[in-house]
Amino acid sequence: MTEQVPLRLREDEACMEPAVTLEAFGGQTNAVAVRIEPGEDTRELLPHLDRLRRIDIAFPAFTDGRGYSAARILREAGFTGELRAVGDVLVDQIAYMRRCGFDAFDPDASLDPDDVEAALNRFPQVYQSAADARTPIWSLRHQ
Amino acid sequence: MYAYDQYDQAMVDARVAEFRDQCERRLAGKLSEDQFKPLRLMNGLYLQLHAYMLRVAIPYGTLNGGQMCVLADIAEKYDRGYGHFTTRQNIQYNWIKLEDAADILADLAKVEMHAIQTSGNCIRNISSDHFAGAAADEVADPRPYAELLRQWSSFHPEFSYLPRKFKICVIASENDRAAMRLHDIGIRIVERDGELGAQFYVGGGMGRTPMIAPLIRDFVPLDQLVTYSEACLRVYNRYGRRDNKYKARIKILVHELGAEEYTRQVEEEFAHLLDQGVEPPLAELERIKGYFRDPDMPDAGQEADRSDPDFAVWLDHNTHAHKMPGYVSAIVSLKPVGGIPGDATAAQMRVLADLAERYSFDELRIMHTQNVVLPHVRKADLYALWQALNEAGMGTPNADLMGDIIACPGLDYCSLANARSIPIAQRISQRFAANGKEAALGELKLKISGCINACGHHHAGHIGILGVDRKGTENYQLLLGGSEAEDTSLAKITGPGFDELGIVDAVETAADVYLRERTEGERFLDTYRRIGMAPFKEALYD
Repeated sequence: MTEQVPLRLREDEACMEPAVTLEAFGGQTNAVAVRIEPGEDTRELLPHLDRLRRIDIAFPAFTDGRGYSAARILREAGFTGELRAVGDVLVDQIAYMRRCGFDAFDPDASLDPDDVEAALNRFPQVYQSAADARTPIWSLRHQ
Repeated sequence: MYAYDQYDQAMVDARVAEFRDQCERRLAGKLSEDQFKPLRLMNGLYLQLHAYMLRVAIPYGTLNGGQMCVLADIAEKYDRGYGHFTTRQNIQYNWIKLEDAADILADLAKVEMHAIQTSGNCIRNISSDHFAGAAADEVADPRPYAELLRQWSSFHPEFSYLPRKFKICVIASENDRAAMRLHDIGIRIVERDGELGAQFYVGGGMGRTPMIAPLIRDFVPLDQLVTYSEACLRVYNRYGRRDNKYKARIKILVHELGAEEYTRQVEEEFAHLLDQGVEPPLAELERIKGYFRDPDMPDAGQEADRSDPDFAVWLDHNTHAHKMPGYVSAIVSLKPVGGIPGDATAAQMRVLADLAERYSFDELRIMHTQNVVLPHVRKADLYALWQALNEAGMGTPNADLMGDIIACPGLDYCSLANARSIPIAQRISQRFAANGKEAALGELKLKISGCINACGHHHAGHIGILGVDRKGTENYQLLLGGSEAEDTSLAKITGPGFDELGIVDAVETAADVYLRERTEGERFLDTYRRIGMAPFKEALYD
């Protein structure tokens, strides 16, 4: 039986391996999915990114924004696998998560697909360069 | 001043639509209050004691007459006919209905205004020197840098759920008129070997644990300003404390790590981020600077006529030297004797808008002292300006004097307050108007907070007052010796607190000690620093 990931913005096949903790990851050289908690240093994973297919970043509370930095750091280091936001993931934070490099969402409470669609398309442009491919306004102004 | 292009306007319009949708989902029960709260806060909407309060951003305190008129319209249409200018150079409305909030934001968006990130655990409205672009002592106008950072920090995807609120201030003078070192990040634009760059002070703040920000970088090149800010914020977002709300500000992180270690981490992150393409090109800074060009100010060669003695008093207290000959910046006092500091009626706001259009190139500034500045006034126009201000109750000649009190809303409005601030401010203002000592006292900055969160900047007052709750009654502690200027210092508590009448007497006692002890040319603060706390304690408690 396979679990469904409620929301995935990637074309490739989902990696459904269970994620190991960061601590366990050090000893389990065959693990391909790992889960990062808010207090953990995501940079510990950087030497191992080439063997990871998925990284779950936990949001125990949506108000704890450490996961946004963790995601960007992983994308800045060139991680191209699935980056999944897990936990208290709400529709009003999804657009920012997407900008920080998340491309999969596994929320505690299911999301209304129409609300998600609206949230992701709400802002016509962006002011900053981040982990997504969007061109910031300052760049559009000087093209 | 800055004007939106199609991109800025589209972003603000999208925000209005987003917030309207969020309000509708809240009213329909799809969002819980816990889920809605951070969203409404990021749109400036607080729940206070009696109603919602809406805080509207006035970026770096600069606005034009048309915008001021819309602020007046909002006061009349959605509030009780007045607004309250704050120490963050913003305006607050205290009697707002949730159902009206999205409509108000839509009205604001029509004049390029918003309430984005005026609250919540995100990067707040960026403050600056109220004389920016007018003062004679600046190396540059700091506002283009503030605007660059305003855009960078707006809807920032990584830094919208920080451990706590985050306040940035940008100045460009050795004279600090914006409490720069009492911000989470204080930036001073400086000139080194003919080149402009930015000093970064990080980890200052007031609140319950006041700290003066240490300098962590003496010169950040202008084409790395955003990247360096991003590095400062990332270290904070990752490592700022989230276990205790009262220890979550960046000042605690910098203090616990030590400035040196915090700096090391920032520099490491900065080195990494330099390759990430987060910095707008210098052309963008140049584009923004284009909006802040000096208006054409021909020297009329005329001094103000001082023959009216009342006018001469106002001239001495309420004007500030301008970089252009023949001009000054005029301070409009929102501190009439016995009034509520920072309050303005809709009618007064319209007068200000009209006077700005007539006498100040359509520009106004909000001061962190809760007054208003007309930045570029011809000396020849000052008498007419003063008469018009007097007619509207805004000509009180008390800038930086005892009556120019900063006060938080306190227990009259705020759900966090322990004590009322406004009535104390009113009584002190009345007392010193009646006893005639205000003029003799000269520069004396009095700041009142109704709780330890310090919105009234009591730590930075030459005289500070802190309202506390003592066994169910309001009690007021007296503090002496603070300064928010370039000689930043934190005020110290004199001793046991006073009741609401006693605190007014205590302020007068402290003032009398100064009048007795001062030497030629000393301000209250100078005398305090020279003689120390002991003579004041003796007079207050023995």
